[in-house]
Amino acid sequence: MSDLIAPLNEAGVAAAVREAGAMRAPLSIEGHGSKRGLLRPVQAARGLTTRGLTGITLYKPTELVLSARAGTPLPEIEAALAEHGQMIAPEPPDTRGVFGAELPATIGGIVATNLSGPRRITAGAMRDHLLGIRFVNGMGEVVRNGGRVLKNVTGLDLCKLLAGSHGTLGVMTEVTMKVLPAARASATLAIAVPDLATGVRALSAGLTSPFGVTGAALRLDAAGPVALLRLEDFPDFVAYRAGRLRDDLAAFGDVTVIEDSAAIWRDVRDAVPLGAMPEDAIWRISIRPSAAPAVAAALQAAFGARLLLDWGGGLVWIAGPATEAAHAAVMAAAAAARGSFTLFRAPAPMRAAVPVLPEEAPALAAIGARVKAALDPFGLFNPGRMRSSL
Amino acid sequence: MIALPPPKPEILARRDEIVAALLALLPADAVIHEALRMRPYETDGLSAYRQMPLAVVLPSTTAQVAAVMRYCHDNGVRVVPRGAGTSLSGGALPLEDAVVIGMMRMNRILEIDFDDRLAVVEAGVTNLGITKAVEHEGFFYAPDPSSQLACMIGGNVGMNSGGAHCLKYGVTANNLLGLKLVTPQGDIIDLGGDHLDAAGYDWLGLMTGSEGMLGIVTEVTVRILRGPEGARAMLAAFKGTEIAGAAVDAIIGSGIIPVALEFMDKPCIHACEAFAHAGYPLDAEAMLIIEVEGSVAEQDSLLDRIKEICNRFDPISLKVATSAEESMAIWKGRKGAFGAVGRISPDYLCMDGTIPTGELPFVLKRIGEMSVQYGLQVANVFHAGDGNLHPLIMFDANDASSFHKAEAFGGDILKLCVEVGGCLTGEHGVGVEKRDLMHVQFAPHELDQQRAIKTAFDPAWLLNPHKVFPLLDAA
Ligand SMILES: Cc1cc2nc3c(=O)[nH]c(=O)nc-3n(C[C@H](O)[C@H](O)[C@H](O)COP(=O)(O)OP(=O)(O)OC[C@H]3O[C@@H](n4cnc5c(N)ncnc54)[C@H](O)[C@@H]3O)c2cc1C
Repeated sequence: MSDLIAPLNEAGVAAAVREAGAMRAPLSIEGHGSKRGLLRPVQAARGLTTRGLTGITLYKPTELVLSARAGTPLPEIEAALAEHGQMIAPEPPDTRGVFGAELPATIGGIVATNLSGPRRITAGAMRDHLLGIRFVNGMGEVVRNGGRVLKNVTGLDLCKLLAGSHGTLGVMTEVTMKVLPAARASATLAIAVPDLATGVRALSAGLTSPFGVTGAALRLDAAGPVALLRLEDFPDFVAYRAGRLRDDLAAFGDVTVIEDSAAIWRDVRDAVPLGAMPEDAIWRISIRPSAAPAVAAALQAAFGARLLLDWGGGLVWIAGPATEAAHAAVMAAAAAARGSFTLFRAPAPMRAAVPVLPEEAPALAAIGARVKAALDPFGLFNPGRMRSSL
Repeated sequence: MIALPPPKPEILARRDEIVAALLALLPADAVIHEALRMRPYETDGLSAYRQMPLAVVLPSTTAQVAAVMRYCHDNGVRVVPRGAGTSLSGGALPLEDAVVIGMMRMNRILEIDFDDRLAVVEAGVTNLGITKAVEHEGFFYAPDPSSQLACMIGGNVGMNSGGAHCLKYGVTANNLLGLKLVTPQGDIIDLGGDHLDAAGYDWLGLMTGSEGMLGIVTEVTVRILRGPEGARAMLAAFKGTEIAGAAVDAIIGSGIIPVALEFMDKPCIHACEAFAHAGYPLDAEAMLIIEVEGSVAEQDSLLDRIKEICNRFDPISLKVATSAEESMAIWKGRKGAFGAVGRISPDYLCMDGTIPTGELPFVLKRIGEMSVQYGLQVANVFHAGDGNLHPLIMFDANDASSFHKAEAFGGDILKLCVEVGGCLTGEHGVGVEKRDLMHVQFAPHELDQQRAIKTAFDPAWLLNPHKVFPLLDAA
């Protein structure tokens, strides 16, 4: 990008947007740009970054709330939380590895992409922990929505609408998150399962147990598939539940209890076990867990897909050749499972040529276009990012 | 009193024709137009407000909802969606020129899948009905509003309802996967699905809590959860509200998030005790009900930790349930709190602001002062963990000035909630009740931004047009 505007405060963001509006000159919106390769390439000559808007503005551990300016690097927030034994529960991934980025994600970027890690299965997604936002809309106005309290249904929930909108509806300048105590202890049951279908059933058995599983992934190691179930709580609770679960799940395969498993889950979170080659495309499919074996079989047959399952089988990470044929197979597998797909990483020409997200039904697409116009009437923000038409 | 938009005279004049058209779209018994039979639909849980509608329809299928919506859209007829009508903010209040779409006949459970941990239900299934359908396998649907016996999942989506256990399990929005929606134009669309985090805009999130202004929900796919091994409650009574508030902070600060953490003040303790004989300490200024989950050993361990924390705050009494029956006894008073207040006062308004929990002592002190100033009694129950306050303002509906005073008192409490950093409503919704206070929390352009989203869904403003937003001068 030749021209990157980096305001130092919210008023600067608003001014830059108003100026862009006056010129009808679209902007690509980013934090540190660590996920620039996600979804479609943006059709804009100039960029606007929130990286100048940094700093935690409110943190009340006993009220479980933290606010930070959008450009605050995630590691800075995680370090502040760790000092009080707290965390952002959805454990957002660090996508530097996948995208080869140098700078870490900003909190604004994580919220805007609504990316959540393994704990999403029980703790909820980033959008579930988003309490409030300040954003600049396409008219250059600063708009607040939500707030800093844990329960709030006052007016329409634009927080959830902007979370996951990939910067196409507004420029978030500050976000307020619900934060939670981090568990004192954790352990992981690793079950050597005979095949993927058995593995998904084992994950399901863990998640339908009363033991509060907080991570349920399936790794397809060279030595064979391994189902992983994480427990997190006070040490004595974890020990008790690991024992109970080990007995309950023994029928699925040999169970090993791993005491120190933080690295295992960090890797799952960041899709490391997917083993994507640098030249591979990466997709994510979200489906109901019981559909995972059929999806996996279809993709392995179509292009020898490499796979990693998370969210009890409900999230399938896929790596394979960056070809339109492979993409068509992913779209078909997602559609057959009535699920949703995201082209997560691919060379820019491919991302520009194919739908990177499922198409919406015409009636919904029409509403979507009107909602976009209500927030960004001049089409300034990230044109083309999610769909060629938006 | 809050004003309703003036009815459109041309619609009132066409009433017979509109009823005939609805009768052509639906079975005869699904269209109600006689005054006597429409009477039950003239109000909801905010019974001080009443308005007879033009007609009421009770569709049984999504296709019927779509047919009615398309007709109303094409003919400029306003529509008010209604679940069980338990809204405490007047969310289901009709308009004189509006057709009420009542969802109670859409009460089928369409699918239950324990392995995938989801259920697909029609919008008129009651909240408790979902749990009842899955509890034989040890599952439950988490959000549990006190009205759960009556209120419907479609209404829960409308209001993004919470419950006593949402500190751990979240509110409605956190427990949904998908919706089937009929748009104001009468199109049928699916939002979300049977999986997590469908790609694209978060329509599911926007719809939840949109108070029936963006579309009619006909089916809901919810997450169902396996219940814990067990749960147990304890009661802790303190000499002051500030002390109880500090105990709440200390519990959460210690890294324990109980499944429920409820707070009651003295007037509320007294009202509940007189009603339920739950053994509440009458000399306490404030009382907490704390519930934990897990195996018996885990419950013991958590309750010991919490007891130890409470002991640092010089409690008047601590009572830990030793059985499910004793837990139920502890909860009995709290669950009957609204009914209990109803017995000591002919009428009450239930407020619903949220505050930062650290502001609790200050806010309770101010509410006490206002109570003296307005000459009206108030009892406070409070979801302490998340700061959601429910002051119950007692008044006499037969005395108009008493009602007006109660409304003004309630308004002052909500303004106070916003002043200290909170919001107007934590779970009951804005409805008509808090509509004219929205400017306290939002600047004009912020309300306009939200209105523009409403317009994107419903350009003609036919669906619940009198809710949530202050009426524009033009309207
Ligand atoms: C005694 C009592 C206790 C309560 N306790 C709680 C509590 O603990 N927590 C809590 O959050 N609330 C509580 N409430 C408030 C109320 O029960 C909730 O708001 C509930 O979700 C309303 O559901 P309902 O089916 O009665 O909906 P209604 O009151 O009929 O409607 C609620 C709103 O949703 C809209 N709506 C209804 N159905 C649909 C649909 N299918 N599609 C689109 N829009 C629709 C309506 O237009 C209206 O705006 C309580 C109420 C009472 C009377």
